[in-house]
Formats: sequence, C-alpha cells, structure tokens
Amino acid sequence: MFQRLRRQYSRYTPEMVERVCGIPKELFLKVADIYCSASGPDKTATVSYALQLNQSTNGVQQIRALCMLQLILGNIGRPGGGVVALRGHSNVQGATDFGTLYHMLPGYPAAPLQGPHPTLTDYLEKTTPKGGYWVNNPKFVVSLLKAWWGPAATTANDYAYDYLPKREKADAYSHQHFVVGMYEKKVKGFICMGQNPAVDSPNAKMARQALRNLEWMVVVDLFETDTAAVWKEPGIDPKSSQVEVFYIPGAPAAEKDGSITNTMRMAQWHVRAVEPPGDARSDAAFIVDVGTRLKALYAGSKARRDRPVLDLVWDYQPQGPKQEPNMELVLKECNGYTTEDLTDKDGAPLYKKGEPLKTFGHLRDDGSTACGNWIYTGIYPEEGKNMALRREKPKAGDYLGHGWGFAWPANRRIIYNRASADPSGKPWSEKKKLIWWDAEAKKWVGNDVPDFSPTMAPDAPRAKDGPFKGVSGTDAFIMNPHGLGQFFASIVDGPFPEHYEPFESPTQNLLSKVQTNPLAKVYNIGDLNKLGTPDRYPYILTTYRLTEHHAAGMSRHVPWLSELFFGHFAEIGPEMAKELGIRNGDMVTVETPRAKIKVRALVTERIQPFMINDKKVYQVGIPWHWGYQGVMQSARGDVTNDLVASLGDPTTFIQESKALLCNVRKEA
Amino acid sequence: MARTLAMFTDVSLCIGCRACQVACKQWNQLAPEEPEWTGTYQNHHHFTDKSYRLVRFFEETDDKGQIKQWHMMSDVCKHCAQAGCLEACPTGAIYRTEYGTVNINQDICNGCRYCVSACPFGVVAFNHDTGTATKCTFCNDRIHNGLGPACAKACPTQSIKFGFRDELAVVARKRVDELKTLGYKDARLYGEDTAGDLGGLNAFFLLLGKPSIYGLPEKPKLPQKNVVVDSLLSIGSALIVGLGALVAFRGRGGQGDA
Repeated sequence: MFQRLRRQYSRYTPEMVERVCGIPKELFLKVADIYCSASGPDKTATVSYALQLNQSTNGVQQIRALCMLQLILGNIGRPGGGVVALRGHSNVQGATDFGTLYHMLPGYPAAPLQGPHPTLTDYLEKTTPKGGYWVNNPKFVVSLLKAWWGPAATTANDYAYDYLPKREKADAYSHQHFVVGMYEKKVKGFICMGQNPAVDSPNAKMARQALRNLEWMVVVDLFETDTAAVWKEPGIDPKSSQVEVFYIPGAPAAEKDGSITNTMRMAQWHVRAVEPPGDARSDAAFIVDVGTRLKALYAGSKARRDRPVLDLVWDYQPQGPKQEPNMELVLKECNGYTTEDLTDKDGAPLYKKGEPLKTFGHLRDDGSTACGNWIYTGIYPEEGKNMALRREKPKAGDYLGHGWGFAWPANRRIIYNRASADPSGKPWSEKKKLIWWDAEAKKWVGNDVPDFSPTMAPDAPRAKDGPFKGVSGTDAFIMNPHGLGQFFASIVDGPFPEHYEPFESPTQNLLSKVQTNPLAKVYNIGDLNKLGTPDRYPYILTTYRLTEHHAAGMSRHVPWLSELFFGHFAEIGPEMAKELGIRNGDMVTVETPRAKIKVRALVTERIQPFMINDKKVYQVGIPWHWGYQGVMQSARGDVTNDLVASLGDPTTFIQESKALLCNVRKEA
Repeated sequence: MARTLAMFTDVSLCIGCRACQVACKQWNQLAPEEPEWTGTYQNHHHFTDKSYRLVRFFEETDDKGQIKQWHMMSDVCKHCAQAGCLEACPTGAIYRTEYGTVNINQDICNGCRYCVSACPFGVVAFNHDTGTATKCTFCNDRIHNGLGPACAKACPTQSIKFGFRDELAVVARKRVDELKTLGYKDARLYGEDTAGDLGGLNAFFLLLGKPSIYGLPEKPKLPQKNVVVDSLLSIGSALIVGLGALVAFRGRGGQGDA
C-alpha cells in the first residue's frame, strides 16, 4: 500500500504545490517540516479544518487526504491528534448524529433504498459488514424500529420495517437536489426550521425563485428570516410569488430544555432559563404538536398506508400553556430502554421492563430493547440521571474531564484510542500515554474509556464471532471490517485523493489531463448554472464568514451585532485595487455568469495575489452573511451566494463556494 | 481603601471577535448606533457615549508592503491612578471608588466637558441626551457584587482578565517573559508600572510592539502637566511679541521723525 501511495503522490512535489496552489515552495516546506516534526512517540499534531475543504467539488477527497496524513504520521487515536472539523453551528454534530442527513438513520446505519432493500433481511444483509463492530448493526436497527413503532413492531412484521420510508435513489435528497426540485415545481411543500436557504443556498437567486415556486412553506425561526420573507423580496412583485408562507415563531437554546453536541461528540444539556415570549415555542413543541395533530387526523383510518402514523410511539407528555414536551423522555428514548424483563446469558436478571439501558452492549435484535440512537446509549443510564447535565470538576489526573457532559460513544473522549498504545499494549511514550494493557488485571486501563474490547489482550488473534468479529488484539480501528486504518477506500471518486481544479479555475490542471472531478454533480438548470472562464472572469473569488455574524441571518436581527460592521463588503488587495482604480470604501460590482452583487470594497494587505502556473492572479474575498431582511441599514445587503454555481461533491453534493471566478468593476 | 481592582488586556490572545463590545452594551443597556465606514473591521472610529469598549484593528506591514501582523486590541477606560478627567472635573462628579476605579456620578455632572478634553486617551464621551459625560465603570454594579466586568466575562480567549491589580501584574510580567521566549521580542506591558506614567493604569495592557501601533500615546500625560511649561511658553511668547512691537514702533517712530 505504501508503494502505491508513493507512486500516486510522486507527482505532488513542492515545486508542483507552488505552481498549482500559489504557496511559495519555502513556505510549504516550512509548514510540512513543522507538522512532521510535531508527530512521533512524544508528540502529536492535530488538524483543524473548516468549510474551505468541504465546499468543493473535491471536498470529501480533500478531507480524506488529511485523515491519511494523520494516519501515516500516527496522529489518530492519541491525545492531541485527530482531524477536527470546526463546525459552523453549535449543534452540527448533534444534527448529523440524529439523522438529518438523508442517507443515514440516527446513529449512522444507512437509510434504506427502495430497490436493493425491500425487506428487513435484504437491508440488514446488504448493509451489515462481515467484521468489525458494525456486525452489531441488526441490534441497532431493530432497536430503532422498536423505539419508533413500539408494540406495533413485532418479529412477525419485521419490526415494522415496511413503515420506514425508503430512498428512491442514492443521491436524491440533498439540499441542492430539493432546491432544484422546488425550482422545477416537483417539490410542492417545505418545512424550514433553523435554516435560511434564501441566503445560504448556492445559486441563491435561483433558490429564492425555487422557494417562490412552492405551494406552501412553513418557516419556524426566531425572526422573520429572508426565507420567510421571500415572497416580498425587494424588486419582486409579491403577486408573482406562488408560495403561501406560514411563519411560526421559534425559541433559542436559552428558552428551552435540550442538548447540543459539539465537534468532540460531547453532548451538553441546557435547561430553560426563561419562557419564550409571546406565541414562540420550542421546535420540539412544534414537532410534537404536528405529530399529535397528524395522529388525530388519521384516527379511525383502516388504510394500511396510515399505520406508520397511527402506530408511531408519540408520548412526550406535553405540559403547560404552550404544551412543551418533557425533553427527558426524548433523551430516554434516544438512550434506549427495555421492552420486557431482560436476563443475561446465564439467566441472572439484568433489567426490568422499561428501564433505561446502561450500555449499547446490552442492545438486542429480538425486539426486547428499544433505542432511538445507539451511539448515545449511556447518556441516561437510569431514571432521572442525565449524564449530559453533569458539570463535575475533573478528578485528579483526569485531564479529559469525564465528569463534564457526555461524549458518545460510552463517554469516550478520544476514539480509536487503542492506537495510543503500541502493538504490545504499552503507551508509545510516557508523555502521550492514554490507555494501556494491564497484564495482571487482564484488561485495558488508563485515562479514557478504552475504544476496544475491554479484555482483548494485545496478542489475541482475530475474533471469529461476537461483537468484535474480525478484530485482533492489535487492530485499533474496530469499526472497519478488518480492524485496520484504511488508505485505500471504496468511495465513488477513487481509492486515493487526487487533485482536480475547481470548475471555474484560472489555470489548467497541471497534475493530469482531467481538469475537474469527473464525478462531480452539475445540476441541469440551463442558463442559471453557466460557468465562467478566466478571460471574462479573471479574479479568484472565495466566500467566508465573519466571527461577528451568524451564518445566514440571526445576527442581522440583533442591533448590537449588526452594529459591528458597516455593511456588506468585498476584501481586495492593494495591487488589484490600484489597477482598477478602487479606493478603500468605494462601491464595486462583483459579477459571475450567475449574478451580480454590489458591495463596498475593503482594500487590505491581508489579501495577496497568487502566482499560479507562473501567472499572477488576484483574489477577492466576500463574506456571505447579508440579505434583504435585517434590523438596521448595516444588516441589509446583497446576497453573496447569488454568485455561486450549482455544483456538488460526488459524495456529499456540497457546493463549490470557496474557489470560483468573478469579475470586479468600480461603480461609477 | 479596598485592594485595587484592575483589568489586564493581553493583545496576544485577542482574536478580534468583539464579544466584549457586545457584552458591554448589553449589560450596560447602551443603545445601538449605526456603524461608520472605518476602512477596517473596527467599529466605531472612537469611544462614544454608547460604546465604552472598542476593539481596534491595525494591519502592520513590512517594507515590501506584505502583511506582517494583524493586530487586534480591546481598548477601554484606563481608570488611571492620576486621572485627568477626575482632576479636571469642577463639580466633583468624577470620583474614585474604594477599588481604585474612576466613575462619573451622573446626578452631579453638569456637562461642562472639561473631562472630555482632559482624558489623554480620548475615553470620556458626552451624551447629548442626558447632557452628561459617560464612560466605562468596570461595570460598577457587577464588581460591587463580586462579579467581574461583562467584557471580561464574555471574552472567549481570556484576553481580558480582571482581578486584584497586584496579582494581575505578576501574571502579566510572566506572560511577557513567556512571549519573549517564543520570539515576540517587542512584547511589553503598557501602564502596569505604578511608578510610571499617570501613576500606572488600572486597565493595563500587554502589547506586541510599540504603543503607537495600537494608537496609544507613547508617554501619556495629564494635560494639567502642561500648565507650567505652557504658561512659561505663553509668557515667553508674550515677551517676544512685546519686544517685537517695541522694535517695530521704534522703527516707525524713526520714520516719523524723518
């Protein structure tokens, strides 16, 4: 494998990096030297990245390249190592864990497909690997079905697997797909919670027309967002808008009970500090209300197709004038509980019926356990005990703070931590020790919850069955069928990451004849998705966020936050500004084939030109917070994402908004 | 007098997020203002009667015009040991608290604005609605109830630290040594020395370069200190003008005689 890697990357010389990326060779070598010298038995390096990598037609492979580097440098599963995704919102991790992505069920089993997965047996056979910890997949999925459909999910009916919606095809439900679906009037209705697609969608002008093409839209948010106001966007005749908008006032974290899971997989519970004002309610109250009303509408129906709604377990005890549900009941459901008395394999009593589960090791695939999200099992290990609410001071030596909140899985703070010990089970160094094999006690011990079979010795052979099937005593990567870290991966755009230019680029691809990722998604919406060429659009455009503003709009409704910037702006380097006769503070038009926006030029030395393929290219940086809704003048401005094309990474379908081409003109 | 309380702002830790500015406005219930175009991320240009905290942004470039460092510094009232505003106040509205902070009693202030021009740092601002001078109080209500000022509480990097002055000074000196070992050879403290300018500042700073980079006077002094020199200069000027006049008149007299 190492030789294959060497062959693949022999073309990627420091000189090539300089020509392709515009990073001077010396600087690149300096960074590489620091990074490599910070990796070894005594040291670890971490990589933090943000959306610059995701938002690319080559996004998954770029991030995988980082994982491979960390793996080869020994920076995975060790304190201070890892690849850390800096999230744009506080609860991105939590939302992902709970199945907001269209292709995953809560806890990451695959969302079933219509074609290949008609029955539970087909689904489990095709999605459960033959080795590694995922061999337990049937326990996770059956327990999930029991959590959702309770007594109606029986062995006889495949635990109500029929009720589960199936995906039509593998790529059909990403953000860009459904926005294009709205544009083409295939999608008729939309419930939008805590998101502002009128501003945060790529090709946002098209996206706003898509929203206006809907028949109905429900927006649940703290303020009347640009999305909620899309029918009265400045310059648009409200009569031309088809959509009927229902605006439901929502509540932020301080006004409701619930949890937020951060990028280190740690869930922290928050308790309502104040009541939401006026008619505002928590999103949980809204969802529970919708479910309750749906059940009432379907009551008495004999139709088979209505069973998923009628049989849904939906008892969250809404209370008070606003019918706020009891969120600890939601937590208990996520944690999992027994549906009958359970005994262990020797027949000794383990749980009484209805008790919360202490560990996902107790989950079963026979319907005797219900669990809404197996990775969170242990967060509510007994009635009234909410581990995410803990704020304990760390005990002596516990620098990972295991008494604060709850990190999935099993309150483990560093995953793959078997890799923190050498093959014989000893720490790689005293300084970086985390867990190790205690030969006398015959178990793994140390400063974290072992991410390994707790009693599997370092010299243990591959397990032939059981929950760790296929894993030997030296295999740290227990979620993989072979227990090993994986350089050669089976994802759609190739086993190894490869460089492709963005779809709009000032240069040809110097590394191969293939200019762009051949598997990237190009949305077919005709002229709305035209791409620019460097002769007409000579500048590189990148988009980003500012610390002071929330991604797509919350901050623009708060005067104290809106006060921090004068208004929308584009950052331009002094050399480019001089060439175009632009002074700091002048209005400029930034244009791509998709749209034009007017913003103020902020001329700064922080933005420097690149030498790419031996040619000087200027860069323009534009934050993307602004929109037409906002509490004061400085909060309103053109929508940066109007400039961005409708393209997608082949795996995630995330747009390419960090590297595109534009033209810039001084306003007369 | 109780032990002196102080604020230590370490600019090497400031990320320019401006949470301090917003926390200040929120706690003190200061009205939002329309921002101004400053040509940088900074807003506003200056302290105002509604902005007691101000993060200043400076871009330092080298000889070739390449960016060397993007400086951010959260600026605030210094609560000087020798406070120009306090000395200039004719009504006694400006007073020193038992913690060493300097406050303006809004009920007594007559709006004369002597303090505005007496502040060497341009901190004190005039509120046209109330007709009084206003500025940071270190969140007087909070510190008298055992809480630190709102800005220090909100600072996510602990760039703003609040506590007893003598303890903070130790922390600050240690931090300068630490930064020097890391290669920041121009790191220095500003206003920490009680034997230095203005008897020391109760909001003192760790800077990564000369004070002028951050828009701070190299040697702040009270306008009152100028009185003797200025008076002598005035007397000198008067003498020169008088002598000149004598010479001129004598010359004219001579012509008259001719």
